[in-house]
Parts: sequence; C-alpha cells; structure tokens
Amino acid sequence: MRDVAVVGFAQRQMAEFDGSPTCVELLVPLFAECYEQTGWTRRDVGFWCSGSSDYLAGRSFSFVSAVDAIGVIPPVNESHVEMDLAWAMYEAWLKIQTGEVDTALVYAFGKSSAGVLRRTLSLQLDPYTMTPLWPDTVSLAGLQARAGIDAGLWDERAMAEVANRSLTDAEKNEYAIRKGGSSVEELLARPVYADPLRKHDCAPVTDGAAALVLAAGDKAREVCERPAWIRSLTHFVDPMSMGTRDLTRAPSAQRAGAGADLDGVEVAELHAPFSHQELILRTELGLGDDVRINPSGGALASNPMFSAGGIRVGEAAKRIWSGEASKALGHATSGPALQQNLVCVLASEGTDD
Amino acid sequence: MAKQPAAVIGVGQTHHRAKREDVSMPGLLREAIDRALEDAQLTLEEIDAIVVGKAPDLFEGVMMPELFLADSIGAAGKPLLRVHTAGSVGGSTAIVAASLVQAGVHKKVLTVAYEKQSESNAMWALSVPIPFNMPVHAGAGGYFAPHVRSYIRRSEAPTHVGAIVAAKDRQNALKNPYAHLKNPDTTVESVLASQMLWDPIRYDETCPSSDGACALVIVSEDEAARSANPAWIHGTVMRSEATSAAERDQVNPQASRDAAAALWKQAGITSPIDEIDMAEIYVPFSWFEPMWLESLGFADANGGGWRLTESGATAMGGRLPVNCSGGVLSSNPIGASGMLRFGEAALQVRGAAGEHQVDGARKALGHAYGGGSQFFAMWVVGSEKPSS
Amino acid sequence: MFYFCAMPRTLSAPVTVAFDYTRSTGPVLGRFLAGLRDGVVMGGRTSEGKVVVPPPEFDPVTHAALEDFVEVADTGTVTSWTWVPEPVNGQPLDRPFAFALVTLDGADAPLLHALDVDSPADVETGLRVRVRWRAERTGDITDIECFEPLPEGESGSTVQARETVDPVTGIVVPIELDYLYAASPEESLFYTSLSEGKLVGQRCPSCGKVYIPPRSACPADGTPTAEEVELPDTGTVTTFCVVNVPFLGQRITPPYVSAYILLDGADIAFLHLILDIPAEEVRMGMRVKAVWKPREEWGTTIENISHFAPTGEPDADYESYRVHL
Repeated sequence: MRDVAVVGFAQRQMAEFDGSPTCVELLVPLFAECYEQTGWTRRDVGFWCSGSSDYLAGRSFSFVSAVDAIGVIPPVNESHVEMDLAWAMYEAWLKIQTGEVDTALVYAFGKSSAGVLRRTLSLQLDPYTMTPLWPDTVSLAGLQARAGIDAGLWDERAMAEVANRSLTDAEKNEYAIRKGGSSVEELLARPVYADPLRKHDCAPVTDGAAALVLAAGDKAREVCERPAWIRSLTHFVDPMSMGTRDLTRAPSAQRAGAGADLDGVEVAELHAPFSHQELILRTELGLGDDVRINPSGGALASNPMFSAGGIRVGEAAKRIWSGEASKALGHATSGPALQQNLVCVLASEGTDD
Repeated sequence: MAKQPAAVIGVGQTHHRAKREDVSMPGLLREAIDRALEDAQLTLEEIDAIVVGKAPDLFEGVMMPELFLADSIGAAGKPLLRVHTAGSVGGSTAIVAASLVQAGVHKKVLTVAYEKQSESNAMWALSVPIPFNMPVHAGAGGYFAPHVRSYIRRSEAPTHVGAIVAAKDRQNALKNPYAHLKNPDTTVESVLASQMLWDPIRYDETCPSSDGACALVIVSEDEAARSANPAWIHGTVMRSEATSAAERDQVNPQASRDAAAALWKQAGITSPIDEIDMAEIYVPFSWFEPMWLESLGFADANGGGWRLTESGATAMGGRLPVNCSGGVLSSNPIGASGMLRFGEAALQVRGAAGEHQVDGARKALGHAYGGGSQFFAMWVVGSEKPSS
Repeated sequence: MFYFCAMPRTLSAPVTVAFDYTRSTGPVLGRFLAGLRDGVVMGGRTSEGKVVVPPPEFDPVTHAALEDFVEVADTGTVTSWTWVPEPVNGQPLDRPFAFALVTLDGADAPLLHALDVDSPADVETGLRVRVRWRAERTGDITDIECFEPLPEGESGSTVQARETVDPVTGIVVPIELDYLYAASPEESLFYTSLSEGKLVGQRCPSCGKVYIPPRSACPADGTPTAEEVELPDTGTVTTFCVVNVPFLGQRITPPYVSAYILLDGADIAFLHLILDIPAEEVRMGMRVKAVWKPREEWGTTIENISHFAPTGEPDADYESYRVHL
C-alpha cells in the first residue's frame, strides 16, 4: 500500500444556504482554500471525486454542473458517488493506490433545506414495504434508541450527556450551527419530542459543502508539515431491514473498526446524527474513556448531508496537523440507523516512517 | 507504482425488455449477478466487495437504492460502493471495481449496474421543470439532435449514414439472446422511412427504453487462474468536462479525445484501427457511431468516421466490427448500458460472445459516455495478460 | 408564483417532483402483498428457521430465492416504538401516532408500521396489538391501515391456511416531494434583468468570455463570471433540431424548433424556440431576434421571450459560428 495523507480540508455549514442546489457558489471558495493550503492549482490535482444526491437537490444529474467549480478545460480525471464525501475520498484513495495518480481533491455538497429532509430520506428505504408508509429519519432513530433503552444498554441520561458534551464543544467550532451546552439536568428537563428523543438528541437539518485533499508520499510531505497519514480506511454495510437486524448494534461499524489499526487513537470524530448512535459506535469501535470524542461538536452540532461524514475525517486530520494528536479516527455513516459505516484512521506517522 | 493486474472472469446480464414485470428490482439485479457468478464459478459468499452503478435515482424513485438492495445482492457484511456519473456510469462503475483489484485492496470484486426504467418514465425524470427556465428540448433525443446536425454539417456526411448504423446494430441484436429489440425486418430503407422524431434523428435511429442489469466479476492475477479465458484489463480511463462552456466542441469533445489518447497510451496501442479487433461503443443515437469513431481515433476527424461506417468496416466481418451485441440501439437499461459495453468487450476477447462472436478477437474496446457528452469512461481488454 | 426568499440575494420558486411509480414485485413480495389483499399476513421462513415479515426475497445466509411461506397471525407484540408528534405527508395517520416494530404471533422478526394510540402514555414495549385492516384492499403494505391495541381479553383471529393464492405482480407508489428551488446569485441577476426586458450576461475575469446566463463558475476556469454585459436580443442560430415527439410534461405542442441561439456579443449559445417560420425552413446560421411577450406578462423568467423569429438578414457565415458547435 502507498502512504497517502490528508493534506487539505475546507468546509462550509449553514442552517439554510440561499443559493442553487448545485452549490457551485459554495465550492469555488472551498477549492480556493484547498489551493491555498497546498500551494497547488487545479492542474496539480490528479483525480477529482464528488459525493452528492439527486433527491436532495430534487432533480436528476444535479452533480454535473458542480465540475464547473473546478474549471474543466483541460478536462479532468473525475468521478462521482451518490454517497457521502467519505466514500468519495475512498474512491480517490483507491485511485492513488493503483498508482495512476498521486494527488486528489474530493468534495461533496448538499442543500437539505431545499426539501423536507425527513420526507426525502424516506425514499432511502425499501420501496415496496417501507417508503409507502413514509417512515421518517427521526422515527427510525427513535425505534433504535428505544431498543437500546429497553435492553438496558443506555438511558436518556447517557444520551443527554452526549448532547451536552457535543453542544459545549461546538462553541469552539466556528462552523457549528447548533451550539451551547448547559447541563445534563437542564437537557433532561426539556420536553421529549419524538419519544424517546428530545430535539437535541437529533442532528439539525443543515446545508453545506466540504472538500478534502489527498496526496501520496513525498507529494504530501511537500505541502504539509505534519501530514495526516491514512493508516486504515475500511467500510462495510449491513442489511437495511429494521426487523432482522439488532438495532442496538452496528455490525458494519464493528467490522470496519476491527479491520483498522485503532491502537493508540487519541481523538475520534464519530458521525452520529443521533445521540444514542454515538454510544453504539463507541462500543462497536471499542473506544475507551481515554479517547476524546467529537471535539468539533460532531453531527449533533451540524450535519450537512453528504459532507458531514467526510467532515469528520477533515476534523480528525486537523488534530494531526496541529500536533494535538498523533493518531485520530474519522468515521462516517450512511443509511437509516447506522446501516453503512466507514472508518478512517489518521496518524502523524506513515507506515514508511 | 504499477497497477496490479486485473481480469474479468464473469459476465452476466439480464434479458433486457421494455418492462420486466416478472421481477422486482432485487430480482433483476440477481438475474445478472447470478449469471456472472456462475460464469466465474464463484459464490456470493466468496466475493470481497460490491460496486453498484446506476443513473439518476429519480428513474426508480429510490434514493441510494444500493442501501435497500444490500441484503438481496449479498453485500451485507461487505464493502459496498455506489457510483453515479450519468450515462457513462456503467463504465465508470466497472472502472471503480477494477481499481479495487488494481490497488491491491481486494481480490474478487463483483460489480453490477442496472436501470428499471419501467418503474417510471425517463423523459419525465430527465425533464423535471426548473423554475425561471423554459423546457425547450425533449429528453435526450432533443438534447443530442442539434449536435448530430452539427456533425453532419461539419463532416458533410450523407444523411443515410445514421440509418446504416441503425440497421446494422438491429441486425446484430438478432444474434444476441439478451437484446431487447428483435426486429428482423430492419433495413436501411425501413430506418429511413421511420418517423422523424427530433430532426435529424429518426425513430429507428434512437435507443429503446429498457429494464435490465449487467454484472461483472473482476479478480486479481492469482484468482484469474481459475478461469480458462480471463479478459485482462489493459487500460481504463475516465475524463470529464463541462456540460456547457464557451466554444466547447460538442461534436468531438476534448474530454473524449483526451480520454482516448490516454487509454491507447496505457494499453500500448499506437494504431487503434489496426490493433483493436472489435469495439463496443456507446451509441444511443445512430449518428454517434461515426462521431465517436473519429473522436476515438479510429478514423480522421474530417468525416473519416462516416466513411468507415459507410464502407461496411463496422459491420460483423468488417475491419472493425462495432456493437456486435446490437449495442445501446438495441438494449438500453441506461445505468447498465455502459457496463454492457464493457462486458460485451470482455466476452469477445474471451471468445464467449456466442453467435455474435468476432473470430479471433484478442483486443477490444468498451466505451461509455454520459450527460451532454461530457463524461467518458473506457477500457481496453485483451485475451493476453498485459506485458507491463 | 415566483418570489424572493427571505434573503434577497437569490430568486426562488417552488417545484414539486411527483410521479406514480409502477413497481413490479416479483414472486416473493407478490405473495406477501397478495396475502395482505386477502387479509392474511405472510412471513417467510429463512434457512436459519426464522419466520420473517415481510419475507425477504432472498435468503440472508444462502442467498437463494425464498420459497418457504408461512402465514402468521394479525396480532402481535410491540418490540420497539417511537412517537411521531408531527406526522408528515403520506404517513399512515395524519394525527400524532407511534411507529412501532411489531412481532406478529408466529413470526420471529418484527414488522414496521404505524400504531394508532392517542399519546405516548398509551404505548409501551410489550403492548399487545392487532392489525387494523383497510376495508378496500389492493395488495399493498397500506392494506394494513395501522396497528391498534388489542383489547384486553381478546385474542387474535385464528390463522386459516388457504388453498390458492393469486399473487400480486405490481404496485403503484405515488412519490411527491416539494422543493424550494433557488437560482444562483448570477442566474438571479439574469432573471431579474429579464423582468426589465434586458438580457444581461457576465464576462469571465480569467478568459474574457461572455456567458449568458452568467455563471457561478466559468466552466473553463472555475472563476465566477463578474463584469456585467448587456446583450442585444438578436443573434444567430448555430444548430437546432425539429421536435416532432410529444412527451410527458411537454408544454409546447410539437412540431417546433429547439435551437441554440448565439446572441451577438455572447460567447455561448443557449436554447430557445424558433417560430414565425415553417420548421423546415430553419437553417444553421439564420439570423433571429427575440419576440417578447406583452410587458404585463413579464416575470423573472426566460419565458418573457416567447420565441425567436427570423430577422430577414442574410445568414451568418458558417465560419462565424463554427467554434460554437
């Protein structure tokens, strides 16, 4: 395997983006930031890959004009996944591993506010027996939270602790949308919304975009003092059916973690759009109490669809660049109730070092 | 660092029809997957990772359908990727699957692409009104027809060349048991007599709307040993450009020319017309055969494409047989159409194409494009392992 | 219909994406749905011996097509639930309700559906419930209207094995989603100018090309177009097609000519209609001029221009627009 590092990261998050669903206007300044971080121009990028969703935008081929933001004369080596940024990064990492290219810029965007996200995501479900009932994201998460409460695996207090820590940490994150922790007692005193969930247990609906820059070996060392080397990058998917899987578990997360080098991880950015999902992920990944979780505030502070997973990798990379951590984990999820999970372990030292 | 060798050892496809009302979406995919696995003599259990491709989610009204399909296609507990690059997606998906092996990450990868167009209406899905705009053209045909007109003007092509392509591909389809359209009576004359839909494109010069799927099993060098006739991947390429840009050449896009140049270089090919034995080229409207022949470098860019087609060189038994399977003009499950081109090219170099086999085919091109001719995906496969 | 959104930087307008999808169900789901139509819940027995509702089409372990069908009761037990305080369009009930996972008697895995209770206080895990069947059933998951609490002392209906089943082969699933579509700031400038009868493009500061409509990123350079350029409403047809085909959602009756029109001074052509001339007489290079609708019909839309019509000038030289094809 080649040593590949995350050497650039830029993000934008907002409650409501007032521009077009193609988000080209958001991408132009993001790319500019990436060029500034690396000293590159677009011609130094060997491969491009984006993540987005037509159903989020409400139209077919919503991603095609996004390449305008790159400036595509001459044409570029480019691909697109109908997935989160983290999986776009995976495709780019593969491309670098084949030896075809040494550098990549991956990006993702989504304007959740263009539609009613809770309804839009019902279209992700089994189209024959689930979508006709329009089960919304919050309800599916509520069923999962209740299953864990009933099984005695967590309680509302543990969920409130996650929310309180996330919202407190979010105060230091300029990109966070929802911020301001108080106390577990105060959060528990707030009304229950989608029983057993309170509003702060659920990620806010957020628009946004993000970009990550990858480079191999010396290319990474040239542009970054302390590159965040990708030590492991693995992902798995579980069946969707809410009936046949144990909702208190996320076997795909467990498997992704088992395939990763997690020894000595100091910081973990977990993509948990609902508070109890962080608890599941911590267990599945075997993260001990000494691992700092979501210093950015995580998805409960801001969850721009299709970039929020990749943003976790970017946030983890920032901790490596700054010297704050020498090993950090970025996690991304997709699908209802943690169906699909990706784990990316970053370290200040590559395998060659 | 060089790419790890990779080969196609399993190809499967569905019987493509306007409406496959006998199967669900999972059933459609499994029909192709099961055939590919049988060909590869592998089970789903033995597969390391799965890559799914399809065109816009609005076609079937399911957002990221790979999530609900995960269980039925055997992806549960495995890595699953979903690619979407417009019409080129079938090709791009195969390339992503190949890269999983070429990167040395996995050894046995299954890839499947599909479209079940009968769940909705493609014209509708592609024409959701955009406010402030005006719906002037009508789906893909309306989009491409003006550029076909430009090609005819630029290359001074005789107007019957499109009909030659349509008649040839429909006749080829009669030899492909999986093809959607089976019209034994199609001739150049009957194509010319068909209704002018999007002038200059006639009804018989357009692709059908199909339900269908295609699956490939792509494996590493050591796993390829289990196959008597692996199709080795000699080169893969993807290129993109803008949908609309000032002075963009929409007849012979730069992304297409760049992609072809990079592909031939990777595959060590200096004279495509001499070294490629057959080509499966994405031709959804008949005129795109001569247009792509020029862009791909099989003929000169001043009308060499239509001259090649008119000479009969692209027919079965010609110098460069093109779309022996009947092509997109005979079967068009959009998301799968690109992978069908890639898979048919593999079948040819494996000597496994059946009635539409080109004798002694050793190197073949699989080609796909999408959007408004701005996304390109291509590969070259060969019966011999690449030397480097 | 069109209006400025709260932040006046961009124009926005509602769009509804709606289609009645026709889904073929295949043999396994078809059997399940036929059961619902007949008032029976059908599960499938997997290779591990578990009865799963709805039956999976393929066995999760062996991946073989599922063939072993088992009728289960229409009563069962809540294994998890959540409250839905604000139901959204399309959900089974239009008043607050619970979504529940219900393991039907005779099944080993739960089914997701709505549970009709007045408040979260009326539901708990372990609650006994029964199916409330819809009176008119068609073979669809919504044949189950919802679950309802099983009155104390009542047991479920007894399962009766039936001899023949006429499977369901397809269902219709209406999907309707509402969006608020926003134009980019650059497009908003273009559409707003149109409401004043002006065609305003922008020049790319990097390559100098004039784009109409202007772009948030010049596709060649990735730089937003900037300097405003007002263009005349005359131009040249670069290429075109004659649309003879009717299609779903079409708003103009065929035949009509859809043409790329290169406005004088622009570096990119855009699509519009050509009328006031027989379709067969439209030519590449033909000079055209915008025909505007009456001013009182104008809005922030390209549709203020009804169509383009020939000016009667001599055709433009091929070389003058060759690079725009």
